[in-house]
Amino acid sequence: MLRVVRIKDLALVRGERRLFSGLTLDLNAGEAVALIGRNGAGKTSLLRAVAGLLRPAEGAIGFEGEQGALEAEAARADHLHMVGHLDGLKAARTAWEELVFQTLWTGGTEAGARAAVARLDLTRLLDLEVRRLSAGQRRRLALARLLASPRALWLLDEPMAPLDAAHREIFGAVMAEHVAGGGMILAAVHDPLPIAARTVEISR
Amino acid sequence: MKAFTILLRRELGLAWGKGGGPLLALAFYACVVTLLPLASGRAPERLAVLAPGIAWLALALAALLSLERLFERDYEDGALDLLALGPASLEAVAFAKCLAHWLAAGAPLALAAPVAAVALGASPIIIPLLFLCALAGGLAFSFLGGLGASLALGSKRGGLLVAVIVLPLYAPPVIFGAGALDALAGGLPWLTGLVLLLAYSVATVALCPLAMAAACRNALD
Repeated sequence: MLRVVRIKDLALVRGERRLFSGLTLDLNAGEAVALIGRNGAGKTSLLRAVAGLLRPAEGAIGFEGEQGALEAEAARADHLHMVGHLDGLKAARTAWEELVFQTLWTGGTEAGARAAVARLDLTRLLDLEVRRLSAGQRRRLALARLLASPRALWLLDEPMAPLDAAHREIFGAVMAEHVAGGGMILAAVHDPLPIAARTVEISR
Repeated sequence: MKAFTILLRRELGLAWGKGGGPLLALAFYACVVTLLPLASGRAPERLAVLAPGIAWLALALAALLSLERLFERDYEDGALDLLALGPASLEAVAFAKCLAHWLAAGAPLALAAPVAAVALGASPIIIPLLFLCALAGGLAFSFLGGLGASLALGSKRGGLLVAVIVLPLYAPPVIFGAGALDALAGGLPWLTGLVLLLAYSVATVALCPLAMAAACRNALD
Protein backbone atom coordinates (compact mmCIF):
# COMPACT_ATOMS: atom_id res chain seq x y z
CA MET A 1 0.00 0.00 0.00
CA LEU A 2 1.23 3.47 -0.92
CA ARG A 3 1.52 5.85 2.03
CA VAL A 4 3.47 8.92 0.91
CA VAL A 5 4.31 10.66 -2.33
CA ARG A 6 7.32 12.94 -2.00
CA ILE A 7 7.91 15.60 -4.62
CA LYS A 8 11.23 17.30 -4.04
CA ASP A 9 12.64 20.40 -5.79
CA LEU A 10 10.78 19.49 -8.94
CA ALA A 11 11.27 21.51 -12.13
CA LEU A 12 9.40 20.81 -15.35
CA VAL A 13 10.34 22.06 -18.79
CA ARG A 14 8.11 21.79 -21.86
CA GLY A 15 9.99 22.56 -25.06
CA GLU A 16 11.99 25.72 -24.34
CA ARG A 17 9.69 26.88 -21.57
CA ARG A 18 10.31 26.30 -17.87
CA LEU A 19 6.89 25.74 -16.28
CA PHE A 20 7.98 25.88 -12.67
CA SER A 21 10.93 24.95 -10.52
CA GLY A 22 11.66 24.20 -6.89
CA LEU A 23 8.28 22.58 -6.20
CA THR A 24 8.34 20.55 -3.02
CA LEU A 25 5.21 18.75 -1.88
CA ASP A 26 4.49 15.78 0.37
CA LEU A 27 1.23 13.97 -0.09
CA ASN A 28 0.33 11.65 2.78
CA ALA A 29 -2.22 8.89 3.11
CA GLY A 30 -5.68 10.28 3.76
CA GLU A 31 -4.91 13.62 2.23
CA ALA A 32 -6.22 15.53 -0.78
CA VAL A 33 -4.30 18.29 -2.51
CA ALA A 34 -5.90 20.74 -4.92
CA LEU A 35 -3.45 22.17 -7.46
CA ILE A 36 -4.44 25.61 -8.62
CA GLY A 37 -2.79 28.03 -11.03
CA ARG A 38 -3.44 29.94 -14.24
CA ASN A 39 -3.92 28.10 -17.54
CA GLY A 40 -0.64 26.68 -18.75
CA ALA A 41 1.01 26.91 -15.33
CA GLY A 42 1.90 23.22 -15.45
CA LYS A 43 -0.80 21.52 -13.39
CA THR A 44 -1.47 18.80 -15.95
CA SER A 45 2.27 18.40 -16.56
CA LEU A 46 2.83 17.91 -12.83
CA LEU A 47 0.21 15.15 -12.76
CA ARG A 48 1.84 13.49 -15.78
CA ALA A 49 5.25 13.75 -14.11
CA VAL A 50 3.93 12.04 -10.97
CA ALA A 51 2.47 9.34 -13.22
CA GLY A 52 5.91 8.90 -14.79
CA LEU A 53 4.84 9.99 -18.26
CA LEU A 54 6.99 13.13 -18.19
CA ARG A 55 10.63 13.23 -17.23
CA PRO A 56 11.36 15.98 -14.69
CA ALA A 57 14.08 18.46 -15.67
CA GLU A 58 15.27 18.59 -12.06
CA GLY A 59 14.26 17.13 -8.74
CA ALA A 60 12.69 13.80 -7.87
CA ILE A 61 9.38 12.14 -7.20
CA GLY A 62 9.48 9.35 -4.65
CA PHE A 63 6.91 6.83 -3.43
CA GLU A 64 6.88 5.30 0.03
CA GLY A 65 4.88 2.40 1.37
CA GLU A 66 4.53 1.00 4.87
CA GLN A 67 7.97 -0.64 4.64
CA GLY A 68 9.82 2.40 3.31
CA ALA A 69 10.63 3.54 -0.19
CA LEU A 70 9.01 1.78 -3.16
CA GLU A 71 10.52 1.31 -6.56
CA ALA A 72 8.94 4.11 -8.63
CA GLU A 73 7.99 2.09 -11.68
CA ALA A 74 6.31 -0.67 -9.67
CA ALA A 75 4.55 1.87 -7.45
CA ARG A 76 3.12 3.59 -10.51
CA ALA A 77 2.00 0.37 -12.14
CA ASP A 78 0.20 -0.83 -8.99
CA HIS A 79 -0.92 2.15 -6.98
CA LEU A 80 -2.01 5.05 -9.14
CA HIS A 81 -4.90 6.06 -11.34
CA MET A 82 -4.83 9.03 -13.66
CA VAL A 83 -7.98 10.51 -15.18
CA GLY A 84 -7.32 13.44 -17.47
CA HIS A 85 -8.95 15.32 -20.33
CA LEU A 86 -8.23 12.46 -22.68
CA ASP A 87 -10.05 9.45 -21.29
CA GLY A 88 -8.78 6.77 -23.68
CA LEU A 89 -12.29 5.51 -24.33
CA LYS A 90 -12.79 4.09 -27.82
CA ALA A 91 -15.72 5.74 -29.61
CA ALA A 92 -16.86 2.58 -31.42
CA ARG A 93 -17.02 0.31 -28.35
CA THR A 94 -19.79 0.16 -25.79
CA ALA A 95 -19.45 1.82 -22.42
CA TRP A 96 -19.45 -1.56 -20.66
CA GLU A 97 -16.74 -3.07 -22.89
CA GLU A 98 -14.53 -0.07 -22.28
CA LEU A 99 -15.12 -0.01 -18.53
CA VAL A 100 -14.40 -3.72 -18.20
CA PHE A 101 -11.16 -3.37 -20.14
CA GLN A 102 -9.99 -0.37 -18.13
CA THR A 103 -10.92 -2.12 -14.90
CA LEU A 104 -9.19 -5.42 -15.69
CA TRP A 105 -6.17 -3.60 -17.11
CA THR A 106 -5.72 -1.66 -13.87
CA GLY A 107 -6.09 -4.79 -11.78
CA GLY A 108 -9.77 -4.69 -10.81
CA THR A 109 -12.55 -7.23 -11.22
CA GLU A 110 -15.80 -7.31 -13.14
CA ALA A 111 -17.73 -7.28 -9.84
CA GLY A 112 -15.89 -4.10 -8.94
CA ALA A 113 -16.90 -2.60 -12.28
CA ARG A 114 -20.55 -3.44 -11.55
CA ALA A 115 -20.38 -1.75 -8.17
CA ALA A 116 -18.84 1.35 -9.75
CA VAL A 117 -21.59 1.42 -12.36
CA ALA A 118 -24.27 1.42 -9.67
CA ARG A 119 -22.50 4.09 -7.66
CA LEU A 120 -21.95 6.52 -10.53
CA ASP A 121 -25.39 6.03 -12.06
CA LEU A 122 -24.13 4.51 -15.32
CA THR A 123 -26.51 1.54 -15.61
CA ARG A 124 -28.60 2.98 -18.44
CA LEU A 125 -25.53 3.90 -20.48
CA LEU A 126 -23.77 0.54 -20.52
CA ASP A 127 -25.05 -0.68 -23.88
CA LEU A 128 -24.42 2.60 -25.66
CA GLU A 129 -21.42 3.22 -27.84
CA VAL A 130 -19.03 5.66 -26.25
CA ARG A 131 -19.54 8.09 -29.16
CA ARG A 132 -23.19 8.53 -28.10
CA LEU A 133 -22.30 9.70 -24.59
CA SER A 134 -22.25 13.35 -23.58
CA ALA A 135 -19.10 14.90 -22.14
CA GLY A 136 -20.38 14.48 -18.59
CA GLN A 137 -21.41 10.86 -19.17
CA ARG A 138 -18.00 10.09 -20.68
CA ARG A 139 -16.27 11.61 -17.68
CA ARG A 140 -18.38 9.51 -15.30
CA LEU A 141 -17.45 6.42 -17.27
CA ALA A 142 -13.77 7.36 -17.04
CA LEU A 143 -14.08 8.04 -13.31
CA ALA A 144 -15.76 4.67 -12.77
CA ARG A 145 -12.43 2.85 -12.98
CA LEU A 146 -11.29 4.71 -9.86
CA LEU A 147 -13.94 2.79 -7.95
CA ALA A 148 -13.77 -0.41 -9.97
CA SER A 149 -10.11 -1.12 -9.28
CA PRO A 150 -9.02 0.25 -5.92
CA ARG A 151 -5.70 2.09 -6.02
CA ALA A 152 -4.32 4.46 -3.43
CA LEU A 153 -3.29 7.51 -5.44
CA TRP A 154 -5.75 9.34 -7.71
CA LEU A 155 -4.35 11.91 -10.12
CA LEU A 156 -7.31 13.88 -11.39
CA ASP A 157 -7.26 16.62 -13.99
CA GLU A 158 -10.34 18.85 -13.68
CA PRO A 159 -12.42 15.84 -12.64
CA MET A 160 -15.62 17.76 -11.96
CA ALA A 161 -15.61 20.14 -14.94
CA PRO A 162 -18.16 18.41 -17.21
CA LEU A 163 -20.32 16.93 -14.41
CA ASP A 164 -23.78 18.25 -13.51
CA ALA A 165 -24.66 19.32 -9.96
CA ALA A 166 -26.13 15.97 -8.88
CA HIS A 167 -23.13 13.99 -10.09
CA ARG A 168 -20.67 16.48 -8.62
CA GLU A 169 -22.26 15.70 -5.30
CA ILE A 170 -21.99 11.94 -5.83
CA PHE A 171 -18.37 12.15 -6.94
CA GLY A 172 -17.61 14.49 -4.04
CA ALA A 173 -18.84 11.77 -1.68
CA VAL A 174 -16.75 9.18 -3.54
CA MET A 175 -13.62 11.32 -3.09
CA ALA A 176 -14.38 11.90 0.58
CA GLU A 177 -14.67 8.13 1.14
CA HIS A 178 -11.43 7.47 -0.70
CA VAL A 179 -9.54 9.97 1.45
CA ALA A 180 -11.21 8.74 4.64
CA GLY A 181 -10.06 5.21 3.74
CA GLY A 182 -6.42 6.28 3.57
CA GLY A 183 -6.32 7.15 -0.12
CA MET A 184 -4.60 10.14 -1.67
CA ILE A 185 -5.90 12.61 -4.22
CA LEU A 186 -3.87 15.06 -6.26
CA ALA A 187 -6.25 17.08 -8.39
CA ALA A 188 -5.73 19.97 -10.77
CA VAL A 189 -8.75 22.25 -10.37
CA HIS A 190 -10.11 25.72 -11.00
CA ASP A 191 -13.16 25.40 -8.75
CA PRO A 192 -12.45 24.31 -5.19
CA LEU A 193 -12.77 20.58 -4.46
CA PRO A 194 -15.95 19.66 -2.53
CA ILE A 195 -13.86 17.93 0.15
CA ALA A 196 -11.35 19.18 2.68
CA ALA A 197 -8.17 19.67 0.68
CA ARG A 198 -4.86 21.43 0.99
CA THR A 199 -4.43 23.99 -1.78
CA VAL A 200 -1.10 24.31 -3.58
CA GLU A 201 -0.56 27.00 -6.15
CA ILE A 202 1.60 26.17 -9.14
CA SER A 203 3.48 29.18 -10.43
CA ARG A 204 6.90 30.10 -11.70
CA MET B 1 0.68 -12.63 -18.57
CA LYS B 2 -2.95 -12.06 -17.58
CA ALA B 3 -2.65 -8.39 -18.48
CA PHE B 4 -1.12 -9.39 -21.82
CA THR B 5 -4.12 -11.60 -22.62
CA ILE B 6 -6.55 -8.85 -21.64
CA LEU B 7 -4.82 -6.39 -23.95
CA LEU B 8 -4.51 -8.87 -26.80
CA ARG B 9 -8.23 -9.62 -26.64
CA ARG B 10 -9.07 -5.96 -26.66
CA GLU B 11 -6.80 -5.26 -29.64
CA LEU B 12 -8.35 -8.13 -31.57
CA GLY B 13 -11.80 -6.82 -30.65
CA LEU B 14 -10.87 -3.37 -31.89
CA ALA B 15 -9.44 -4.77 -35.12
CA TRP B 16 -12.48 -6.91 -35.88
CA GLY B 17 -15.00 -4.41 -34.53
CA LYS B 18 -16.82 -1.78 -36.50
CA GLY B 19 -14.75 -0.48 -39.38
CA GLY B 20 -13.60 -4.01 -40.26
CA GLY B 21 -9.84 -3.36 -40.57
CA PRO B 22 -8.91 -6.88 -41.73
CA LEU B 23 -11.65 -6.95 -44.38
CA LEU B 24 -10.44 -3.62 -45.70
CA ALA B 25 -6.87 -4.92 -45.85
CA LEU B 26 -8.13 -7.95 -47.79
CA ALA B 27 -10.14 -5.72 -50.14
CA PHE B 28 -7.10 -3.53 -50.71
CA TYR B 29 -5.05 -6.62 -51.42
CA ALA B 30 -7.57 -7.85 -53.94
CA CYS B 31 -7.58 -4.44 -55.67
CA VAL B 32 -3.80 -4.26 -56.01
CA VAL B 33 -3.57 -7.82 -57.26
CA THR B 34 -6.25 -7.12 -59.88
CA LEU B 35 -4.76 -3.81 -60.97
CA LEU B 36 -1.25 -5.10 -61.61
CA PRO B 37 -2.19 -7.46 -64.47
CA LEU B 38 -4.19 -4.62 -66.03
CA ALA B 39 -1.04 -2.51 -65.96
CA SER B 40 1.36 -5.22 -67.16
CA GLY B 41 -0.28 -5.83 -70.54
CA ARG B 42 -1.83 -8.83 -72.31
CA ALA B 43 0.59 -11.68 -71.97
CA PRO B 44 -0.56 -14.47 -69.64
CA GLU B 45 2.82 -16.22 -69.74
CA ARG B 46 4.62 -13.08 -68.56
CA LEU B 47 1.99 -12.61 -65.83
CA ALA B 48 2.44 -16.20 -64.66
CA VAL B 49 6.15 -15.51 -64.13
CA LEU B 50 5.39 -12.35 -62.16
CA ALA B 51 2.47 -13.81 -60.18
CA PRO B 52 4.25 -14.98 -56.99
CA GLY B 53 6.22 -11.73 -56.81
CA ILE B 54 3.09 -9.63 -57.24
CA ALA B 55 1.18 -11.61 -54.62
CA TRP B 56 4.11 -11.21 -52.24
CA LEU B 57 4.70 -7.47 -52.78
CA ALA B 58 1.01 -6.58 -52.53
CA LEU B 59 1.06 -8.34 -49.17
CA ALA B 60 3.71 -5.95 -47.87
CA LEU B 61 1.69 -2.95 -49.06
CA ALA B 62 -1.58 -4.19 -47.57
CA ALA B 63 0.11 -4.83 -44.22
CA LEU B 64 1.69 -1.38 -44.26
CA LEU B 65 -1.54 0.48 -44.98
CA SER B 66 -3.46 -1.20 -42.19
CA LEU B 67 -0.67 -0.47 -39.69
CA GLU B 68 -0.15 3.20 -40.14
CA ARG B 69 -2.37 4.27 -37.24
CA LEU B 70 -1.53 1.40 -34.89
CA PHE B 71 -0.33 3.74 -32.12
CA GLU B 72 -1.68 7.07 -33.37
CA ARG B 73 -5.29 6.45 -32.31
CA ASP B 74 -4.26 5.45 -28.79
CA TYR B 75 -1.95 8.44 -28.62
CA GLU B 76 -4.66 10.87 -29.66
CA ASP B 77 -7.44 9.62 -27.40
CA GLY B 78 -5.28 9.13 -24.30
CA ALA B 79 -5.45 5.32 -24.28
CA LEU B 80 -1.66 5.19 -24.57
CA ASP B 81 -1.39 6.91 -21.16
CA LEU B 82 -3.57 4.21 -19.68
CA LEU B 83 -1.59 1.46 -21.39
CA ALA B 84 1.67 2.99 -20.15
CA LEU B 85 0.33 3.02 -16.56
CA GLY B 86 -0.87 -0.57 -16.67
CA PRO B 87 0.70 -3.69 -15.20
CA ALA B 88 2.53 -4.67 -18.40
CA SER B 89 5.62 -2.86 -19.65
CA LEU B 90 5.32 -0.73 -22.78
CA GLU B 91 7.46 -3.35 -24.53
CA ALA B 92 4.79 -5.96 -23.81
CA VAL B 93 2.07 -3.52 -24.90
CA ALA B 94 3.81 -2.93 -28.23
CA PHE B 95 4.32 -6.68 -28.65
CA ALA B 96 0.63 -7.35 -27.99
CA LYS B 97 -0.50 -4.68 -30.43
CA CYS B 98 1.68 -5.99 -33.26
CA LEU B 99 0.79 -9.59 -32.54
CA ALA B 100 -2.91 -8.67 -32.62
CA HIS B 101 -2.38 -6.96 -35.96
CA TRP B 102 -0.70 -10.05 -37.32
CA LEU B 103 -3.52 -12.30 -36.09
CA ALA B 104 -6.24 -9.99 -37.36
CA ALA B 105 -4.78 -8.86 -40.69
CA GLY B 106 -1.56 -10.80 -41.41
CA ALA B 107 -3.08 -14.26 -41.09
CA PRO B 108 -6.12 -13.60 -43.35
CA LEU B 109 -3.79 -11.99 -45.90
CA ALA B 110 -1.56 -15.07 -45.77
CA LEU B 111 -4.58 -17.14 -46.78
CA ALA B 112 -5.38 -14.74 -49.61
CA ALA B 113 -1.87 -14.64 -51.05
CA PRO B 114 -1.76 -18.17 -52.57
CA VAL B 115 -5.25 -17.68 -54.00
CA ALA B 116 -4.15 -14.47 -55.69
CA ALA B 117 -0.95 -16.01 -57.03
CA VAL B 118 -2.75 -18.99 -58.57
CA ALA B 119 -5.47 -16.73 -59.98
CA LEU B 120 -2.75 -14.76 -61.73
CA GLY B 121 -1.44 -17.96 -63.31
CA ALA B 122 1.29 -19.16 -60.96
CA SER B 123 1.84 -22.90 -60.71
CA PRO B 124 -0.13 -24.44 -57.81
CA ILE B 125 3.01 -26.10 -56.41
CA ILE B 126 4.01 -22.81 -54.81
CA ILE B 127 0.83 -22.67 -52.66
CA PRO B 128 2.23 -24.19 -49.43
CA LEU B 129 5.48 -22.26 -49.62
CA LEU B 130 3.76 -18.97 -50.43
CA PHE B 131 1.42 -19.50 -47.48
CA LEU B 132 4.38 -20.16 -45.16
CA CYS B 133 6.30 -17.18 -46.48
CA ALA B 134 3.25 -14.95 -46.12
CA LEU B 135 2.72 -16.08 -42.51
CA ALA B 136 6.37 -15.59 -41.52
CA GLY B 137 6.81 -12.47 -43.59
CA GLY B 138 3.55 -11.06 -42.25
CA LEU B 139 5.01 -11.26 -38.76
CA ALA B 140 7.99 -9.16 -39.87
CA PHE B 141 5.68 -6.76 -41.74
CA SER B 142 3.50 -6.26 -38.64
CA PHE B 143 6.37 -5.64 -36.23
CA LEU B 144 8.37 -3.40 -38.60
CA GLY B 145 5.19 -1.51 -39.45
CA GLY B 146 4.50 -1.03 -35.75
CA LEU B 147 8.02 0.33 -35.39
CA GLY B 148 7.35 2.85 -38.15
CA ALA B 149 3.96 3.76 -36.68
CA SER B 150 5.49 4.39 -33.24
CA LEU B 151 8.33 6.50 -34.65
CA ALA B 152 5.86 8.64 -36.59
CA LEU B 153 3.73 9.36 -33.48
CA GLY B 154 2.64 12.97 -33.34
CA SER B 155 3.96 13.93 -36.76
CA LYS B 156 1.63 15.65 -39.22
CA ARG B 157 2.42 13.52 -42.26
CA GLY B 158 2.19 10.27 -40.34
CA GLY B 159 1.13 7.97 -43.18
CA LEU B 160 3.82 8.90 -45.68
CA LEU B 161 6.46 9.03 -42.99
CA VAL B 162 5.61 5.50 -41.87
CA ALA B 163 5.94 4.27 -45.45
CA VAL B 164 9.31 5.98 -45.91
CA ILE B 165 10.63 4.55 -42.65
CA VAL B 166 9.26 1.07 -43.12
CA LEU B 167 9.52 0.21 -46.82
CA PRO B 168 13.36 0.00 -46.82
CA LEU B 169 13.12 -2.36 -43.84
CA TYR B 170 10.64 -4.48 -45.81
CA ALA B 171 13.31 -5.08 -48.47
CA PRO B 172 15.06 -8.07 -46.81
CA PRO B 173 11.92 -10.15 -46.15
CA VAL B 174 10.64 -9.36 -49.65
CA ILE B 175 13.96 -10.49 -51.13
CA PHE B 176 14.19 -13.67 -49.04
CA GLY B 177 10.58 -14.65 -49.69
CA ALA B 178 10.70 -13.89 -53.40
CA GLY B 179 14.01 -15.77 -53.63
CA ALA B 180 12.53 -18.88 -52.05
CA LEU B 181 9.47 -18.76 -54.33
CA ASP B 182 11.62 -18.19 -57.39
CA ALA B 183 13.88 -21.10 -56.49
CA LEU B 184 10.90 -23.41 -55.98
CA ALA B 185 9.37 -22.42 -59.31
CA GLY B 186 12.74 -23.04 -61.02
CA GLY B 187 13.21 -26.42 -59.32
CA LEU B 188 16.14 -25.21 -57.20
CA PRO B 189 16.72 -25.60 -53.41
CA TRP B 190 14.41 -23.06 -51.76
CA LEU B 191 15.00 -23.78 -48.08
CA THR B 192 17.70 -21.11 -47.63
CA GLY B 193 15.35 -18.30 -48.58
CA LEU B 194 12.66 -19.54 -46.21
CA VAL B 195 15.10 -19.97 -43.33
CA LEU B 196 16.53 -16.48 -43.85
CA LEU B 197 12.99 -15.10 -43.91
CA LEU B 198 12.14 -16.89 -40.67
CA ALA B 199 15.35 -15.61 -39.06
CA TYR B 200 14.55 -12.05 -40.09
CA SER B 201 11.01 -12.35 -38.72
CA VAL B 202 12.22 -13.72 -35.40
CA ALA B 203 14.74 -10.88 -35.12
CA THR B 204 12.09 -8.21 -35.76
CA VAL B 205 9.72 -9.80 -33.24
CA ALA B 206 12.49 -9.79 -30.64
CA LEU B 207 13.92 -6.33 -31.28
CA CYS B 208 11.11 -4.09 -32.53
CA PRO B 209 9.12 -4.00 -29.23
CA LEU B 210 12.15 -2.45 -27.49
CA ALA B 211 12.33 0.32 -30.08
CA MET B 212 8.55 0.80 -30.14
CA ALA B 213 8.39 1.22 -26.36
CA ALA B 214 11.19 3.78 -26.46
CA ALA B 215 9.45 5.68 -29.26
CA CYS B 216 6.14 5.69 -27.34
CA ARG B 217 7.83 6.94 -24.16
CA ASN B 218 9.42 9.69 -26.16
CA ALA B 219 6.10 10.68 -27.73
CA LEU B 220 4.33 10.77 -24.34
CA ASP B 221 7.05 12.87 -22.72
